Amino acid sequence: MNLRLNWKLCTILLILPCSFLIAFTHYPAVQALLNSFWNNASSRRPSKFIGLKNYEALIQDDKLIQVLLNSTFYAIGTIPIAIILAIVMALLVNSRLPATALMRLSFFMPTMLPMVAVANIWLFFYAPGIGLTSQILSIFGIPPINFLGDTDISLISMMIVAIWKEAGLFMIFYLAALQSVPQHLKDAAKLEGAGSIRIIFDIILPLLKPTTIFVAVNALINAFRMIDHIIVMTRGGPNNSSALLLYYIFDVTFGHRDFAYGATLTVLMVLILGVMATVQFWFLDRKAHYQ
Amino acid sequence: MKNSLNRIFLTTIAFVLAIVWGLPFLYSIWTAFHPEEYSASFVWDAPLTLNNFTEAWNAAPFLVYFINTLILIITILVANFILCTVVAYAFVRYKFRWAGFLFGFVMVQLLISPEILIVENYLTLSSIGMTDTIVGIALPYLTSAFGIFLLRQTFKTVPKSLDEAAQMEGANAWEVLWTVYVPLAKPIYLAYGLVSISFHWNNFLWPLIVTNSPEVRPLTVGLSIFATVESGIEWSLVNAATLMTTAPLILVFLIFQKQFISNFMRAGIK
Amino acid sequence: MRMMFKRILASVVGASLAAVATSVQAADLEFYFPVGVNAPAVATIEKLTNAWAQKNPQHTVKAIYAGNYEETTLKALTAAQAGKPPQVAVLLAIDLFTLIEEDVIQPISDIAKSSSDKEWISSFYDGFMVDTRFEGKTYSIPFQRSTPIFYYNVEAFREAGLDPKSPPKTWDEMVEMGKKLTVKDSNGNVTRWGTRIPSLGLAGAWLFGGLVVSKGDVLSTETGTEARFDTPAALESLKFLKRLAAEGAMAPGGITWGDTPKAFLEGQTASIWTSTGNLAFINSNANFEWDVSFLPGGDGPGAPTGGGNFYIFKGISEEEQEAALDFVRFMTSPESAAIWSIATGYVAPRADAWETPEMKSYSANLPQALVALDQLPYAYREFATFQRSKVTQFLVDAIEGVVAGDADPKEALKDAQDKANDVLDEYK
Repeated sequence: MNLRLNWKLCTILLILPCSFLIAFTHYPAVQALLNSFWNNASSRRPSKFIGLKNYEALIQDDKLIQVLLNSTFYAIGTIPIAIILAIVMALLVNSRLPATALMRLSFFMPTMLPMVAVANIWLFFYAPGIGLTSQILSIFGIPPINFLGDTDISLISMMIVAIWKEAGLFMIFYLAALQSVPQHLKDAAKLEGAGSIRIIFDIILPLLKPTTIFVAVNALINAFRMIDHIIVMTRGGPNNSSALLLYYIFDVTFGHRDFAYGATLTVLMVLILGVMATVQFWFLDRKAHYQ
Repeated sequence: MKNSLNRIFLTTIAFVLAIVWGLPFLYSIWTAFHPEEYSASFVWDAPLTLNNFTEAWNAAPFLVYFINTLILIITILVANFILCTVVAYAFVRYKFRWAGFLFGFVMVQLLISPEILIVENYLTLSSIGMTDTIVGIALPYLTSAFGIFLLRQTFKTVPKSLDEAAQMEGANAWEVLWTVYVPLAKPIYLAYGLVSISFHWNNFLWPLIVTNSPEVRPLTVGLSIFATVESGIEWSLVNAATLMTTAPLILVFLIFQKQFISNFMRAGIK
Repeated sequence: MRMMFKRILASVVGASLAAVATSVQAADLEFYFPVGVNAPAVATIEKLTNAWAQKNPQHTVKAIYAGNYEETTLKALTAAQAGKPPQVAVLLAIDLFTLIEEDVIQPISDIAKSSSDKEWISSFYDGFMVDTRFEGKTYSIPFQRSTPIFYYNVEAFREAGLDPKSPPKTWDEMVEMGKKLTVKDSNGNVTRWGTRIPSLGLAGAWLFGGLVVSKGDVLSTETGTEARFDTPAALESLKFLKRLAAEGAMAPGGITWGDTPKAFLEGQTASIWTSTGNLAFINSNANFEWDVSFLPGGDGPGAPTGGGNFYIFKGISEEEQEAALDFVRFMTSPESAAIWSIATGYVAPRADAWETPEMKSYSANLPQALVALDQLPYAYREFATFQRSKVTQFLVDAIEGVVAGDADPKEALKDAQDKANDVLDEYK
């Protein structure tokens, strides 16, 4: 369309609405950077410019190293597993097995629940000795596992909760993709004597690639954004074994009231996300060229 | 022979997976409808009770929380519909040099959502005195990059001939938007609406930070406070409260299952 | 007829005198209070505040339920910093230094200057007054205080061949009896542990403070600038927790506070260390015989105190100060304290409250309520310093690292001590 955009229209259509967005996305990112060079104001003295001191503290922060390791492990763990489960669920629901509607309901239900509700339910589920997991384990003669009270296990417990919540949503996207797989491709393969397994791996999975990319991006964003369950279930513990980056920012800023360091950590987080976005963009760009 | 064995095998796997998947939620339902002493023990003939619900309802102002959530999601939805439509329209209908840059600029919000910048956003809100208000919770979300993205995709598919025809009949920009573009995007509005409602109904971290009075708290924050008690947790109460706060969304989902799912799918494909 | 006339005259005169006396200063009070999910508690607060309002019709008081402790503190701080503080609030006793640092509260001892006021202040149990003082002044007044006690399953004791009249008094006894009380099933898995001491989070740090006190040391002092983490007492306390798990008396790994009472009721543990505030809950839900006693101690009894105090804020008018003081005195009077204590399970913080007929009959019905009181002389304040949240987290991390992971106790405590010193040095 070759319509020209005059200033009045531009303001109403673009500047006003986008200003809300920019005020809470781009502006605060810049603010975080600026604030990271100052220290906290207290009732006795106003805040002082301290240059890179906050960043020095950042580098020496061994808790931060733990948090970054946790976040990485968490992302690497939840994303592929959620995707694989989602594909399996979608294949099952899309098949001609009995009661697929019920299956679909069961898989998708966690998505409808707020994460805080999910966290409360799983808190109960995980309680050693009295929760359902312990009761089930005891049927098999296995001693109860301390899901939330063991530094080696707590992060994995959080990952399980996240996967439980997300996989159903991703299943839906895959269902949509599956339903748009051309029937004639499957029929042709069948005619050539291909078994179901081969059909899945050679025809369907490749066709699901764009969906997988979309789902993976979503899962990545969620892995950084979603910390409600950490707040409710472990508060980052025991001993920071389940603390993720955004949780750390939340705890430092709103728990310890250390806004200056919180801003510094925010800058770090935006940098990390920025790098990830650039890598993704570059990666997708290359794929586009190949296609 | 092999086929029916396969079928039985797959059916079993599917059922086991579905049951395992549903277990936590079913457990929660069990606990909510039984008195506290049965909340961890599964006796088949344990008495059912609705007491937990009445007790939970009376223990915290859930009606207020519920209304707050409604106000919040409606405010955001209406604002989204208007603002995102307008922005998407501008991107699609007008060519200007910095369109590509602006679009990319705006799409940053997809990755860097308001929660990531929670520290600064709280300070911004605090400096304009909007903390502890429902509008304050809504502010960062009024214009949604995701909404803009969806609507732009949809508007792009509107045939230019329709636009031109409307212009010929003397329609101005607004009338074209209203009579041509918006009606054709109705299914997307529905899809986006459902996504938006469930996202904001379930949003927790930002409302937690912004609010500290019971009068403005939405359900998610109310529920979390409810569940953290100094003197030990009463599971049946907490689960009853959990069900209460999620029931409306679940009911809507159960009734409109087909639409919900097809709309989520549509939101995804596009 | 004449009698009646005299009477009416007397009451009219009396009323006008009273009106003149009290009508001088009128104040509107905003009172923030935190209550957990407990509908009777909210109703009780409102009953009490209404009673005060009726006695003082020239003032108004608005009781604002502000959520849990954290929220209430945040709300009070935000309001104060915006220039509109509440006049009075119930906040955590351990927030004293934060409130002082933010310069939002004033010492109650500065307002309570008359001799009857001073007498009132000195009538509280010293165990609860320790954390109200800073630099010689009394900043707050105890209101909803608690302390943990040892609950045990009498039937389990009998089954294990132990005398229910002699619960464990020392750590060694706890370990020994804990082992005897632990029951395993045919697979060798434990179905009932001997004891359960929450160790995760702030609640774990709270109980840990009691362990340290029982070994003759403290975690923090009145100065608010000292954190005592790297001490022999703390080390012994960590070792005690590890020993309980290592010798099979307690479940290994971190233990949460929230489902500890439930675990007790379900028979998953024969004894628990938890707040006296849980008495009512356990009393109404236990289907076995149970009793309470002092927490088993290292070298003698020891316990932490916790809960909330009344604070009066700065930046309020003189009339409001007077009214606030009067309000606090009313809310902590023996009768009010008794009502509040019975409704919630908090420990009434003054002796004369325990002498009221209501408390007497309450404790006759539930003698277990007296144990917390008897333990009070051996209790010390909960950990508190400036930058409390940050510094407490160092302690929490150390405890969790040792109990829920495999950190070395001495190193963990030293690490926590170093970090605490870094933060607190600038306050010294």
